[in-house]
This record gives sequence, C-alpha cells and structure tokens, in this order.
Amino acid sequence: MWYQEVSLPCEGPGTGTGGPGKTRVSHPRAGGGSGQPGERCPCPRQGWVPMGFRVLHSQNHPRFYDSTEVIKEQARSGRSLQLRANEIHIKEPIEKEVNPRLLPGELLLCEASTVYKYMQEDGSNRGTYGKLVCTNFKISFLDDDSASDDNEPQFKNKIVGENDITLQCVDQIYGVYDEKKKLLTGQLRKYPEKLIIYCKDLRVFNFCLRYTKEEEVKRIVSGIVHHSQTPKLLKRLFLFSYASAAPNNTDGRNQTVMFETLEDWRDELERTKGNVKYKAVTTNEGYRVSEKLPLYFVVPLCISEESILKYEGRGIPIWCWSCHNGAALLKMSAFPKEQDDSTSQMQKAFLDGIYKTISKPPYELLKLDDLSSSLPSLQDIQTAYTRFKQLFLIDNSTDFWATDVKWFSLLESTNWLEIIRRVLKKAIEVAECLEIQHTNVLLIEETATDLCCVISSLVQVMMDSYSRTKSGFQSLIQKEWVIGGHGFLDRCNHLHKSEKEEAPVFLLLLNCVWQLVQQYPPAFEFTETYLTVLSDSLYVPIFSTFFFNSQHQRDTNKSGESLKTQSGPFRFLTVWDWAVQFDPKAQAFLNNPLYAEKPKPDKSQRKTARFKHQRQLSLPLTQAKPSTKRGFFREETDHLIKNILGKRIGKFINSSDEPPNSLREFYDSWHSKPVDYHGLLLPRIDGPEIKVWAQRYLRWIPEAQLHGGGTIATAAKILDLMEEVQSLQVKMDEEHSQAVSGAVHSVPMRRNSARLSSLFPFALLQRQSVKPALPTSTWKDLEDEDDLVKRDDEFVDLSGDML
Amino acid sequence: MASSSTPKYISNSLENSSSKRTLKDGTNWEQNEEIPRLPGETRVTDKDVIYMCPFNGPVKGRVYITNYRLYLRSVENDPVVILNVPLGVISRIEKMGGASSRGENSYGLDITCKDMRNLRFALKQEGHSRRDIFEVLTKYAFPQSHNMLFFAFVNEEKFPENGWMVYNPMSEYRRQGLPNERWRVTFINEHYGLCDTYPSLLVVPYNATDEDLKKVAAFRSRNRIPVLSWIHPETQAVIMRCSQPLVGMSGKRNKDDERYLDVIREANGQISKLTIYDARPNVNAVANKATGGGYEGEDAYPNAELFFLDIHNIHVMRESLKKLKDIVYPNVEESHWLSSLESTHWLEHIKLVLTGAIQVADKVSSGRSSVLVHCSDGWDRTAQLTSLAMLMLDSYYRTIEGFEVLVQKEWIGFGHKFASRIGHGDKNHADADRSPIFLQFIDCVWQMSKQFPTAFEFNEQFLITILDHLYSCRFGTFLYNSELLREKEKVTEKTLSLWSLINSEKSKYTNPFYSKELNRALYPVASMRHLELWVNYYIRWNPRIRQQQPNPVEQRYMELLALRDDYIRRLEELQITNNSKISNSSASSTSPSQMVSQVQTHF
Repeated sequence: MWYQEVSLPCEGPGTGTGGPGKTRVSHPRAGGGSGQPGERCPCPRQGWVPMGFRVLHSQNHPRFYDSTEVIKEQARSGRSLQLRANEIHIKEPIEKEVNPRLLPGELLLCEASTVYKYMQEDGSNRGTYGKLVCTNFKISFLDDDSASDDNEPQFKNKIVGENDITLQCVDQIYGVYDEKKKLLTGQLRKYPEKLIIYCKDLRVFNFCLRYTKEEEVKRIVSGIVHHSQTPKLLKRLFLFSYASAAPNNTDGRNQTVMFETLEDWRDELERTKGNVKYKAVTTNEGYRVSEKLPLYFVVPLCISEESILKYEGRGIPIWCWSCHNGAALLKMSAFPKEQDDSTSQMQKAFLDGIYKTISKPPYELLKLDDLSSSLPSLQDIQTAYTRFKQLFLIDNSTDFWATDVKWFSLLESTNWLEIIRRVLKKAIEVAECLEIQHTNVLLIEETATDLCCVISSLVQVMMDSYSRTKSGFQSLIQKEWVIGGHGFLDRCNHLHKSEKEEAPVFLLLLNCVWQLVQQYPPAFEFTETYLTVLSDSLYVPIFSTFFFNSQHQRDTNKSGESLKTQSGPFRFLTVWDWAVQFDPKAQAFLNNPLYAEKPKPDKSQRKTARFKHQRQLSLPLTQAKPSTKRGFFREETDHLIKNILGKRIGKFINSSDEPPNSLREFYDSWHSKPVDYHGLLLPRIDGPEIKVWAQRYLRWIPEAQLHGGGTIATAAKILDLMEEVQSLQVKMDEEHSQAVSGAVHSVPMRRNSARLSSLFPFALLQRQSVKPALPTSTWKDLEDEDDLVKRDDEFVDLSGDML
Repeated sequence: MASSSTPKYISNSLENSSSKRTLKDGTNWEQNEEIPRLPGETRVTDKDVIYMCPFNGPVKGRVYITNYRLYLRSVENDPVVILNVPLGVISRIEKMGGASSRGENSYGLDITCKDMRNLRFALKQEGHSRRDIFEVLTKYAFPQSHNMLFFAFVNEEKFPENGWMVYNPMSEYRRQGLPNERWRVTFINEHYGLCDTYPSLLVVPYNATDEDLKKVAAFRSRNRIPVLSWIHPETQAVIMRCSQPLVGMSGKRNKDDERYLDVIREANGQISKLTIYDARPNVNAVANKATGGGYEGEDAYPNAELFFLDIHNIHVMRESLKKLKDIVYPNVEESHWLSSLESTHWLEHIKLVLTGAIQVADKVSSGRSSVLVHCSDGWDRTAQLTSLAMLMLDSYYRTIEGFEVLVQKEWIGFGHKFASRIGHGDKNHADADRSPIFLQFIDCVWQMSKQFPTAFEFNEQFLITILDHLYSCRFGTFLYNSELLREKEKVTEKTLSLWSLINSEKSKYTNPFYSKELNRALYPVASMRHLELWVNYYIRWNPRIRQQQPNPVEQRYMELLALRDDYIRRLEELQITNNSKISNSSASSTSPSQMVSQVQTHF
C-alpha cells in the first residue's frame, strides 16, 4: 500500500547488470564465497543495496551487482531465472510511502534514513536498510521489504508491528562507540555508530547508523532517548492523543465485568454467595474516603460507614472473594508505622475493634497474613526480575552459547523462579485455610494493591473455575488490579518518574498463572499465547487498562477539560477488546482448544454441581472441625471473647521452609487424586515443576528456535482437528437439512506443524535457517572428577596387538 | 480414573498388563491367584515383611518371590500398596542391622535397583527369615553368578508378533539402497573371524577387497574396522563407524588403513576431505596413545579432517547418574534444585552427545563429505552418535519399527556391551564396566521427542518400556555383549524379543500426534534452555512428582479423533441415504473419504 509499481527497463538475466527487485541486503562477499564471519560492517556500496534508497538518494550512482549473488538468491528462493526476468517490476518507493503508518493522534517526531537493521539470527552482519522513525507512540523501523506479501502471517498485531516498539516498551537503549556499549539516558554529547534497543517484551534491536547523515543521527538518537527514557507528564501519554483523535471507539468488552458500577459488585457478591455477610458500599462516591480506593467496594455487613471514613479506608477489611463454603478472602491496607505513640495506640484499638466485629459469628475464624513480611519485598521482586530478564536479552549467538553452559545456576541466581515458587506456595496456604480450615483469610499489605492483588488473584484462579475462563480472568484482573487500584503507572514506570517504584508485580501474577496453565492445560479457556500477548499489552498505550494508578486517577483524567481538544470526556479503549489488536484468525490462538467447558448448570443442576465440587475437595482429615468450634464459640460469654480472640485470630506461621503438617497433607492428598479441571486446582511447586515461561522469554531468540517443534506443534494439530470436526459438524447439519448439498466444502486450511517454528506465533519473519544451531561454548572442567575423566572406558593395553 | 480399590502404586504398569494378556491367553495361569505370574514363572518363596516406603512410611505386607520378580502386597493399607519388581533390576542386596540391632524396623534388607530406586524391607529378627530371603533373592537376581539361566530362557509367554523378525540386516541395507555400485555387502565376518564384536554382515566400499579389510583390521582396536552405518539417499555421503587406530606412542602408520579411508572418502563422488569425529575429548585421545591407541594424525591422513567431540568416558557418566539419583531419590532436592541439577552434569553430558550427533548429521546432509565416527572401541559413544545422527536424518527410524531396527542394528548388532554395561544377572555391583550409556541414548531420544512432539511415532511409554526391559531379563533382546555370543547362546531360538511384546500392542506405544514426514532432517536444539530432566523416568517413583496419567492433552486429542471418525462415518451414512433419495449428481462435493485421506489416521 505504500508502494507503487514501477517498471524499469532491464536486461536479461545472467548478464550481470540486471537486478532483481529485491531489497534485502546481504553482506558483500568475496567472489561469491560463503560469508566471512570476520567481516564487521555492512557496506551499501557493494553487494545488494536497497532499491528504494538508491533511487531516492543516489540516482546517478552506477548499480553494483554481484552476479553470483543474484544466482544464489535465486537458488535460495527457488525461482527460475525466467520468472525473475518477467518479475522486474520494481517496487519503487514514492514520497507517500516513506511515512510510517500512523494511528489516529500519532505524530511523526523525527526520522533517519539509511539505517541498517541487523537480523539477529546468525551472527553475520546480514540485515536490511530502511528508515528509523520516532513518533509520539512508537519507534518504528520501515524496511522496504516489510510489505513482503508471500508470507501473510496468521498472527499479527494490528497496532504494533514486527518492527515497532512502543515508547513504553523500550527498556534500555545502548549506544555503541568503538565497539563499546554505553547506556544512553539523557543528554548526549557524542552520537553512537550503533544503537541497541532492549525492549520490555524482550526483543533486541540492533541498528547501524554509520550510513546515516550525521544530522539525522543526532535527531533520531536524541529523539528516541528523549521520548522513551525521560520523565513524562501523564497527559503526554499517547493514550490521550489517541482517545481524542480516534473516532467511534468500539466498546467490545466480551462480557468482561468492569467493576465500575455498584451493580457489578453486587452481581459478583451474588455469584459467589457472599451477599449473606458482605455488602457493596457507596461510601467512596466522590472519592470522599480515599483516592486510592475504588468508587465501589465490598466490606463485611457489620462495618459501619463511619469506620470506613475514619482512616481513609485503612484498617478496613475489603472483600475479594467468597469460597463455596462461605469462607472469604479479604484484604486490608495496613497503617503505616507511626512514631507517635498515642496515634498508634488509637489505631491498634481501632483494629482490635474491627477484628472483634468480624470474628464474631456469623463470620468464620479469621486468619491474618501480613504479606509484607511473609513474601519477598517489591524490591526483591524487581531485583530478581531485572537479573532474570537479562538472561534473555541476548546480543548474539556467542552470548547465547556462553551463557548456556551455566544456564541452570544462572537461572537460580536470579531468584525469579524461587519467588514464583514462594508466591504459589503462599496461595496454596491461603487456599487451604479457606477450603479446609474454613477460616476467613485477611491479607494485609501497606496499600493492599501489590502482593495482595497477586495472592488474591491466584487464589481465585485456583479455587474458582470461572476465573479460568477468558471473561472470568479478565473480570478478575479488572476487580483486583485495575479497579482494585494496582499502581500500573508507577509499577511499570510508564512515565519514567521514579525507578524506585518500579516492580513487575503484574508480570509476577502472569508468570504464576502460566505455571498453572502449563501444568493443567485443559483447565483454562485461554492459552499461554493469551498470557503472552496480555503481558505485551502492558506497554501499548492505546488502552487505558494498564496506564493509571487508580480508578480515581483515570476518572479525573478522563474528563479532558485540561486539553483543548474536542469536548466531552475521552473514551478510552480497554485491552479486553482483543479485536483492536488481533483479527479473528489471530484471536483463535488465544483460545485453548483443549479447554473442556463446564456444562452450563441451570438452576436445578447448580446444587449438584456444587455438591460434586465439595466432595471432590473434602479431605478426610478436616471434616467437621469447623462446625464444632463454632458451636463452642456461640456459648461463650462476653468476657471470654478476649481470650478466645487469640485463638480465633490466628496468624500464619511464616517459617516458609517448614510448612505446617496440615498444609503438606492438603497438598499431598489433593495431588493423589485425579484432577477435576473445574474444581480446585493446586500448582505443583517442587523444584522440577517450576519452569521458565519459554514462549514469553525465548520467543525472539533464533538460537532457541525449534523448526517444526515446540508445544505449538501439538497445539496446531489440535487446532486443525478442532476445525475439521467443526466443519464436519456444519456439513452434517447441512446434510440433515437436506438442501441437496452441492456446495463444495473446502477442507480447512492446515497449519503444517512441521513447518511452524517453536517461536510461532511470534518472531514471524525469522528466516528458516537450514543449519542446526551448534553450541560454540566449551565444556567446562569436571573439576572434582579428574581421575575419572582421564581414564579410558576400559583399560586394555592395545600395544600388544601390534606385534 | 483410579477408583479406591485400585492399588496406589503399581511399580511397573507394564508387568501388570502383560499378565492380563497371559490371562486372556489362558496359558499357565492359576485362577484366584493374587499375584501376577508369567507363563514359565514359578513361585519360590514368600514372607511377611514391612516395606519401608520412603514416601508413605512403613507398610506391612507380604512379599512373594518368583524366579522373575519380587512382588509385595500390603495387608492393611487402603488403597493397597503394591510393588512389582523384576529381579533383573536389582543391582545390589544388602543386609541392614544385625542380630543385636535395636530400634524399630532396623533389621532387614536394603535393595539397590538399577532403575533409580532403593527398596527397604524390615524383617523379624527371629528365625532365619532374613537369611532365607537374602539367599533366594541373591540367587535369582544374579543367575549369572550362580550358574543359572536368565528368566528369558524359561519364559513361556506367547505373542502374536515375533519381534525377532523385525530386524533383518540385509533388508535394512536394501531399504537404504545398498548394495550399489560403490558399496558392497561382505560376508567376511560371517563366522566372526574378522571381528568378534561385529555383526556377520557388513557394508564396505566396493573398491576395498576382503584382503584389504583384514589388513585394516590389524590397525584398528579389536579389529573394529570402519564400516557403513547409513548412506544419505541424495548426497550419497555416508556415516561410517569404527574403533580407534592403533597409533601408539611411536605414531605408527598403516598404509592399508590410510588407503581404506581414502577409498571411503571417494565413494560419495565428492573430492572434499573425509570428516572424522573422535567422540573423546582431545586429551583422552592423546592419552590413549600410551596404551597403543590414538587417533588419525594429520600427516598420515592428509585427506581427513579430525574433530574431537569432547564426550566423556563411561566412568564419568556412571558417576553423573549416581549424583542425579542422590538429588531425586527418595526426595527431590528442595532448595537450590537448579544448581543441584547442574552439579550432576547429567544434562550437560546429554547436551554434548546431542551436539556431537547434530554435527555428524549436519555434515552428512550438507553433502560434501562422508563422516567417520569412533571413540576408543566404538561401541559406546560411537553407537550413541551414529544412532542419534541417523535418527535426525532418517524419518524411518522415528517410527516404532524403525526405532527397533535402529537399536537392533547400531547397538545390539554392533556390539554395545549390554551385558557388561548393565551387569545382567551379575552380582558384582561395583563393576567398573557398568555405565548408563544406553540410558543416556534413550534420554537423548526423549529430549528430541520432547522438542518435536509430532515427529515420532512412538510415545514416552515406549521409551520407558525399553528401559524397563533393558534390566528385566524377561526378553533376550539386550542379553550378552555381542552377536557372536548371542548366537552361541541361541538367544533368538530360546528367548523372546522385547519387540514381540511391543509390536503386539502397538497402540499403547503410539504417539497420537505423530505426523509422518519423509526425509526431513530433525535437528534438536542442544541448549540447556530446552533440555529438561526426564521427570517421568528419573522421578517416577515419587508420588508427589508424578505427572498426570494419561496425559490430558493426549487424551483430549484422542477424544477429538474419535469424534471426527464418528462424524465421518455418520456423514457417509447420511450421504448414502440422501443420494439414494435424490438421484442428483452432487459429485463435485468433497466426499468424506477424500477428507479422510487428508488426515493421518492413527490407528
């Protein structure tokens, strides 16, 4: 669409002067021999040069073609010479095409031509020339080849292309000066020869600027660094320009409950049967309680409006979810440590009062869990992830194999998998309390918007099969995170305001959920690809979902008063409208074909379903315990309550290494039974079971690519079969309806799993290299086994044979 | 799935099902018998014991010992705990505690198995119960040390398929298009006169005479001359295997060997160098000179390029597996799992073996040069490399029968010393000849099947079954060190083949996701990022780690397949009735049978 077909006169093939309309540049080679690995820089004056560039900028230059290259390329592409000769309709760039495809509200800020982008795949200097642009939304490399038509990908993001990096997706930018890498952050004195951009979705881009005009280098480098790395005002987020410019935003929420209205909360209470003991409150209307709390939320019935207002919502148990047995998961924002004794005394008294009220029947026993002491701190999480992601931001093949030797200890030293394990374990603990001990669990954290969100979401994913459907999971993210007030803006550091606030808390949840998805594939309506694109969407600022710290912040910025754009409030898109990013064909990859849908229970079936669920879960060791205790408690007189409270409000024992026996039993007993994919789901957390989310972390690394392999190979087969079954179903219906079936049914397109790569559906344009990847690193010493190493298999003196 | 009455632990599901088979066959089966018994299996003794289960604590039960297995059934537990262990897997039997030992359950037997577990039984101190059981076990677990026959020789099972017919060297070479104008079949080793550890039928260059071969044999360790393993159907490049040349300290040369290698080099019609892969680390190859071995020097073999693949010796592998067992049995190392795993080096060894095989395969398929592979004797690392390279290059070997042929040819035929490496029926548990070389190969195959889940016709159960019977001594397949010895012992006449069992129940070992693809080279990625510990094999005894069986993904796929077949059948019926009703020619529509042909049928 950005190209105009122009026919150029051309001599026949084989003369060495004609050239194919190819824009891919391969490295200059001596006499057609194989590429020299030692060659460092690409040179546009030899070998193939991009057509568009040449015509635009150096029309008078003679054309250089290496005829052997042409033939080689033909051999590679398998096309005949004849075809080539006929094909010389060169895609000639015209003025219009140099512009990137812009979204509504997107503005081109700066650009540079003749930028050379290395293809990472083989350590050679292969690559393409093109234009590097920076807009208020993205950094984009416009490669003349990008309109390659023969390989229309099945999975394409409509908003962020293969060579697009949204400004929020940029992690770090390095400049290369005389072979030395230097981090680029603010003002630059000297401009680099090479630019390396590391992205938050773990892509790595290498751009060579040696052939770009100095002026343009200056403009593009400082532009990119400025727009992606320096502090920004909220209102300067692309979100706002897009929302004001984009016409008629659709509002496809796919049954996702947004939790923006009182109704949503009431429905959720009803769904979980929590409405007996909990109520949705309107106390925060106009944000008079707190700007951090959502407009509507749910608290125990016995909590008065007065106490909610007293400390801006601190010290108030806020309802997350109710278990089928009535036990509830609650969260609470703790009081900060007070210097002043009397204040802290008052707060303590307030808390005691609250605990007392909600420990009384009809409420269950209460367990408190202070997550800030029982889980790693946000800083630990940030440190671990920073180290972890570094393992996947690989510069080249040598790097890949060098780190391969010590891979497991490197992984371990990041501590990321251990954190995932601890979080999963905590979630199991909480599930055990709710399910077996029949107690309410109150999660406590300073703001109750970080680890509280992780644990409460995980517990719901494990215990409530609705959260394992797509709309259920999305509703859960809305409830606990988006409306729940997780500070996405600060935690993702979208505005580059403070690195201290940055922590991949939401990614931690997705990583934990992924563990469950890969351990129990039939239990989830969505796929790991869904989780991966969801994690990518964290950095796409056209959706409001992940770009505010709270509902209050979103609401106040929505009005649009401060901007002189059109009237009325902004209409933001939600990320749950997947059609914005993916067409229906691509969306198919988000749905799990293995998901065994729960038979929709009508009213009469509901009871039995619940009963079945319960039976599945009930374990011999815990029956009847709760009921006796409650009976006992009812007979207590007031003066005893204080003593009893000690027992009724238990704290978690936090020696994480030695879990209580009941937990062990709960875990073992559950795992010894067949899995009910619609019932309780407990993650396996032993060492070998916690894995690296290969799709997210390895997808851009060519060395890790399996041609025709990986989980996608089986997934594609299942999808094919599903489609076939569906088309057969249609055909049967038609036969039944007896409309003389003359219509020809095409057999559904097959994904040839053998041709897919394990990186599918990502990294689409990675060329299939025929060569296998070979480790280049050397074997490290078996230090302690020297004597064994030196021995031969079997000691036999062979010299005798020679006689 | 498992109802409460089913035993909680079935240590060897295969044993169970095969006994069901015999029940169906009705041979030699005593009705109402509680313990499974194969035809030919006889009861020796039984005793009350306490099984010290490392996962669930002491289990009271009765142990039954036959000439084939140890079988334990718990008496009190619900569900019933069952152990079903072929005596062949026993590596070592130790007495623990003495007559004076105190403490509960401190007196009994500790049995070390070859399949990554230990069994502990506590016995009563009174009487001679321990001595009796110890003696019986020792006798039947180590028949070779007691001048007794392997169970395979008394096994009277019957199978509809005859596994001994699976491999016929001549037809396998014919499948490869051999002999041809450059390669011939020689019968020089028919009576194992040239080399007593090689098979009788060999493929050698057409231009090398039998006399030449004899001269070459004098210069190769144990006379294991370079012979053809596989030929590339298009490039005609070949994979050759042999043992090290007898170069020695003085750097001896042998004109015949040099010429022979040149003949091999020329046989694929290319003029490039012959590539020699020495599987050993460089230093070890050099060290071998001291004992008369060595490698092909540049001076003597100017037309060859030599690469060392740095794969370690059998002792290093044995120690590595020992360390692996330490971290997974009985309990999985809890803290620092990854670094513990790394410190065993097991996956690193797997990586090196795979890397070597990839190099061999890549060299051959690139078509420029033929490849010669050897280590010291050419029966351990060499077998791993050639068979894995062949698996990568030739999709036939990725089928059930093809894989059986591969094992039969490259391992059994070419004299991998199964008897020494496994120590079948031999009480000498500390024998330095023992090493998990074949296990390592199967692990490599598993890694490949994990990376390419649609490329192999067989499933994980197939590989586990092979490993179980590598030790069980129920079949003759893996017994003895060489073809010569197997012929002497009349193994094919007197025992059954493991492939009989497998091929008689193929569906059990079939991967439903398999899509047949011809001639596609399959290169695994030998990176730690993709290599995994084979949990379902190494940690299978641990009930807490065990994977969901059957695999839910596989199960769902099978359901869909059944649904599809059902639809197709019903559609066909519908169309027949419709067509008969309306005499309309709707021939243009895709008929169901056409649709079926588009899809691989898996049954």
